[in-house]
Amino acid sequence: MTELASNGLKVGSNLEKVLRAKTFAVTAELGPPKSADVNVIQKKAKFLKGNCDAVNITDNQTAVVRMSSIGAGFLALQEGLEPVIQMTCRDRNRLAMQADLLGAYALGLRNLLCLSGDHQSMGNHPTAKNVYDIDSMQLIQMVAGMRDKCTFQCGEVIKDAAPKFLVGAAENPFGDPFEFRPYRLGKKIKAGADFIQTQGIFNVPKFREFMQRCGDLGLLDKVYVLAGVIPVKGPAGAKYMRNSVPGMDVPNEIVERLEAAGKGIEDKKAKAEANKKVGIDITVEIIQQVREIPGVAGVHIMAVEWEEAVKTIVEKAGLLPRPVIKVEEAPVAQAA
Amino acid sequence: MIVAEQKSLEEIKGLIASANKVLVVGCGTCVTVCFAGGEKEAQILSSSLRMATKLDGNAKQVTDVTVQRQCEWEYIDPLKNSIEDVDIVLSLGCGVGVQTLAERFPKSIVMPGLNTKFLGLPVEQGIWAERCAACGDCILGLTGGVCPIARCSKSLLNGPCGGSSKGKCEVNDQIDCAWQLIYDRLAAQGRLDLLMEIRPPKNWQTSRDGGPRKIVREDLKLG
Repeated sequence: MTELASNGLKVGSNLEKVLRAKTFAVTAELGPPKSADVNVIQKKAKFLKGNCDAVNITDNQTAVVRMSSIGAGFLALQEGLEPVIQMTCRDRNRLAMQADLLGAYALGLRNLLCLSGDHQSMGNHPTAKNVYDIDSMQLIQMVAGMRDKCTFQCGEVIKDAAPKFLVGAAENPFGDPFEFRPYRLGKKIKAGADFIQTQGIFNVPKFREFMQRCGDLGLLDKVYVLAGVIPVKGPAGAKYMRNSVPGMDVPNEIVERLEAAGKGIEDKKAKAEANKKVGIDITVEIIQQVREIPGVAGVHIMAVEWEEAVKTIVEKAGLLPRPVIKVEEAPVAQAA
Repeated sequence: MIVAEQKSLEEIKGLIASANKVLVVGCGTCVTVCFAGGEKEAQILSSSLRMATKLDGNAKQVTDVTVQRQCEWEYIDPLKNSIEDVDIVLSLGCGVGVQTLAERFPKSIVMPGLNTKFLGLPVEQGIWAERCAACGDCILGLTGGVCPIARCSKSLLNGPCGGSSKGKCEVNDQIDCAWQLIYDRLAAQGRLDLLMEIRPPKNWQTSRDGGPRKIVREDLKLG
């Protein structure tokens, strides 16, 4: 049973306030460095601060070792950002997950995205042992249980200061089997997901169809769906996603448009700039289109290693300034 | 069945390098069916090692024998004299067979000639694929007879993940997405309701994670 504070909030994070206020939310992504360099976080944070409502901090994305999501998230928090910590099921068992979540909450982190995680064969440590003790559905349930029932996964009561995270889940509207995806989203909601961030959308009609089916199942008034967009710097990036990333649907028109962008431009720098401009334009157009789709509560901008583009995108999409939602502070709901 | 593959000749030569006399022991059960360590393979390997070591200028005496099953004491006990007569025993049994020989003949050096790969079946002639992870708590009744522990790269119980595309796993397109298979099987049987349940976290205690496993049947023990 989800206890709400007197102000109607489960967790009280900025993201929760923005979503509940039904303003079109904007979340972005910050990729931690392949090092312990604090400066990278600070630099990226400057690009994102004020341009979004919350920032996802990825967790060994593509199975490549990077500064941990929680570590980088805490640093981002210190820079004045509202982090969304990501946790995959690939690298941690349920003990490590729960311990990390207790620590993350103690450090002030409040939003969590639960993911299966890219298989380690894709990354830089393919010889590592596969964990996958629990899957993303069970992780959602576990984190929601820590919050709402104040229990650990084993059933033991969390006596004090139970961690209360806003629970996010991912869904891929373009994965197979396509017919099953809305039902799987329904399961994630039943498991306790508060918000969803989707895989990057390039095929808007297919995403529209996915949202329609979710609506038919009555899911859209039960969860906040943030449409994922991935700004691409040029045709190579688009082609890579189309050809090599399983579950991504990148229509050829997008690739062709990006190829046309730099056509005839000899100077490398000028060509790159032309490509990037079109890449940003495409992203802005997709944002404007998905904004019209019923049930889309916001957009999730995954500007991978291109965090500096976020401000331009958000501005061009007419989403600046980001709102400051005032909600009366309420005592955090006590454990039963 | 247990599916195994022979180690490379180079690796095997390395494993028997210190020996003058080697006994290759084949097994007549699983590894015969996957053409890795049966009588024929034992004979061929034995002959290859004689030729190869002679060419290397380090000729070894290599003989072979094949038993019905290397994992049962009664079948390997008769090997006693042959085994004591050699420097190294090269077992072409699965990991179980190798260990059974090593345990029964602890004074002998027993080397593995195979890499034991998985529990699976011959899908078609020449192709074997993994099917069972021996998790100790079988849920095949819930998944239309397709095992998500063994056949899903992430062992998801509430799959598929976002990487499933055109029926293939994100790891490589030679791997069928187990959850696509489960979905298709259950859809054809009109039992998709099974996929609407949220499966709870698995109890891994019954699998290898809980420690090495043993079964004791008091009703079958002698004495």
